[in-house]
Amino acid sequence: MGEHLPILQVILPLIAAPVCLLIRHGTVCWLITTLVSWLCLAIAVLLLLQALDGGAVRYQLGSWVAPWGIEYVVDRLNGFILVIVAAIGAVVAPYALRSVAEELPERQIGLFYVMYLLCLSGLLGITITGDAFNVFVFLEISSLSSYALISMGRHRKALHAAYQYLVMGTIGATFFLLGVGLLYLMTGTLNMADLAEQLKPLAGSRIVLAAFGFIVVGMGLKLAVFPLHLWLPNAYAHAPSAVSVFLAGTATKVSLYVVLRFIFTVFGFEFSFAGQPFGPALLILAIAGVVVCSLVAIYQDDVKRLLAWSSVAQIGYMLLGLSFATALGLQAGLLHIFNHALMKAGLFLAMGCVFLRLGSCRLEAIAGVGRQMPWTMTGFLLCGLSLIGVPLTAGFVSKWYLVLAALEKGWWPVAALIVLTSLLAVVYIWKVVEAAWFRDPPGTAGRVGEAPLVMLVPLWIVVAANVWFGFETSGSVDVAKAAALALMGAVE
Amino acid sequence: MIEHVVLRVIARLLAPFIVLFALYVQFHGDFGPGGGFQAGVIFASAFILFALIYGIEHARQIVPPAVAQAGIGLGVLIYAGTGVAGMLLGGRYLDYSVLADDAGHGQHYGILIVEFGVGVTVAAVMITVFFTFAGRRGVLEAREDTAVPPDGDEER
Repeated sequence: MGEHLPILQVILPLIAAPVCLLIRHGTVCWLITTLVSWLCLAIAVLLLLQALDGGAVRYQLGSWVAPWGIEYVVDRLNGFILVIVAAIGAVVAPYALRSVAEELPERQIGLFYVMYLLCLSGLLGITITGDAFNVFVFLEISSLSSYALISMGRHRKALHAAYQYLVMGTIGATFFLLGVGLLYLMTGTLNMADLAEQLKPLAGSRIVLAAFGFIVVGMGLKLAVFPLHLWLPNAYAHAPSAVSVFLAGTATKVSLYVVLRFIFTVFGFEFSFAGQPFGPALLILAIAGVVVCSLVAIYQDDVKRLLAWSSVAQIGYMLLGLSFATALGLQAGLLHIFNHALMKAGLFLAMGCVFLRLGSCRLEAIAGVGRQMPWTMTGFLLCGLSLIGVPLTAGFVSKWYLVLAALEKGWWPVAALIVLTSLLAVVYIWKVVEAAWFRDPPGTAGRVGEAPLVMLVPLWIVVAANVWFGFETSGSVDVAKAAALALMGAVE
Repeated sequence: MIEHVVLRVIARLLAPFIVLFALYVQFHGDFGPGGGFQAGVIFASAFILFALIYGIEHARQIVPPAVAQAGIGLGVLIYAGTGVAGMLLGGRYLDYSVLADDAGHGQHYGILIVEFGVGVTVAAVMITVFFTFAGRRGVLEAREDTAVPPDGDEER
């Protein structure tokens, strides 16, 4: 069975989805989903270990040899991303039971798990495949299912948010496909490794440059890079809580992975950074994103919306690491992908617990909730500290490496800006903490109890991970370093 | 449109031929133009023609929406199951060569089964989409009766 692991990673959820569609029973579907999610995590960990030991793990679909057939490749970089996606999936699945039962009408619950499994399968597929067109196919699977998931939100605005995301996401996917089409036009191949070889002599081509633009902008839309991010706050704010957690922890990370894969492996470091001002452009967008979106987050009065804006800002930090175009910067960016998945998942998990009890995440509604739901809000606080980048939390580690990378380049102002914008995070996290602990509950509200254990345990697993990866940094840092070096090394 | 004799008779006459053509496109797809996607749409179009002429209620009796929705999942399972069968018989996922004694026949069987799965899913999706949109009329009328404010912010 060992040699089939790469394909099982994708087809387990892909097969479980239609099975759930046939069963339709909410609890049974949830059981299947949870089982499959945990199996996926086990497979992802095994694959990452294999990729770290030896070279890349390869799998030819239908035994068609690589440049012609579709090939799945797991190396250090995507093994790392696979583990992140599968881990978030494994945490969200048990959590979804109560949260989804509360927020969705009975008849939609089975369908929710179908969509969730499809989304998981799509995200894992994008990450694992070594074929450029296959990326598009899985991108569509994950996107279409996430539009449906977001539209299931309790409020009518969820439909609008899903529609907005559908329009933007479709433009993004179309741009990506145009780019892949242009590459196919120039090289006659879709296999990423083969594309990289064939593109080397074509470095001066305008068409390849256009393909680069289409792919980066297209994925930029899905990734919510600063000026292309407008779909994200609505989508995260109005989606069902479990979906907010899942998408915040995985979707943008996978899109960022695709960007990394294309600019480093397919187009190559030389073409992407030396041939054109891609680094500086990215630097400006990243800084603008961090500053503007952190400021906007401060003025939100719905906590889910606040966290969504903060997500756009945090994507800026990841891109900042990338824009340095150094191994250390890349390592910091990758590390922040991992750590941000942990902290944002934790924050959204906590808000899901609050939403379950209060039916709202607005600041005035959560006043005083810290004393009524101490475990939930302590989890929120710890993840919030991690988001700010307080020492001894995961967030500190990635901020630290980002600052180091900026100093290595001699960019003092950028390093200062990273520290300064962390203070903006203090402001918006403090707003929530202040409302939850230091304000009296609104007079009309009755007392609410703590969230159920089935939701608290996933939350505290994530909280513990936030603290653990702040102390014990060797695991995450070393894998990120290995992945960054593999990306940079592949081009030298 | 059930009161139009010409439409009613022609629809009755045409429907079996459309289905037959769908099956031809489905199972001849590996030798000529065709395949599961086209066949599924053609198959569903016979059904949609019938529903347009004889009304959605009749159509629902022939293919209950639950059956159509199950078809969506079933087709995907046929496809994925063929892939897994290849794996269990010692090949890789979607390796059809191991499905029969010699590779050529295996490839042939494999693509036929997989395309059949595609056809089932596409036909089921088309029918479900048609039901969903056609069924909206009743929903919308019911909503107007209960007079929900159109721009209200009420919970769904």
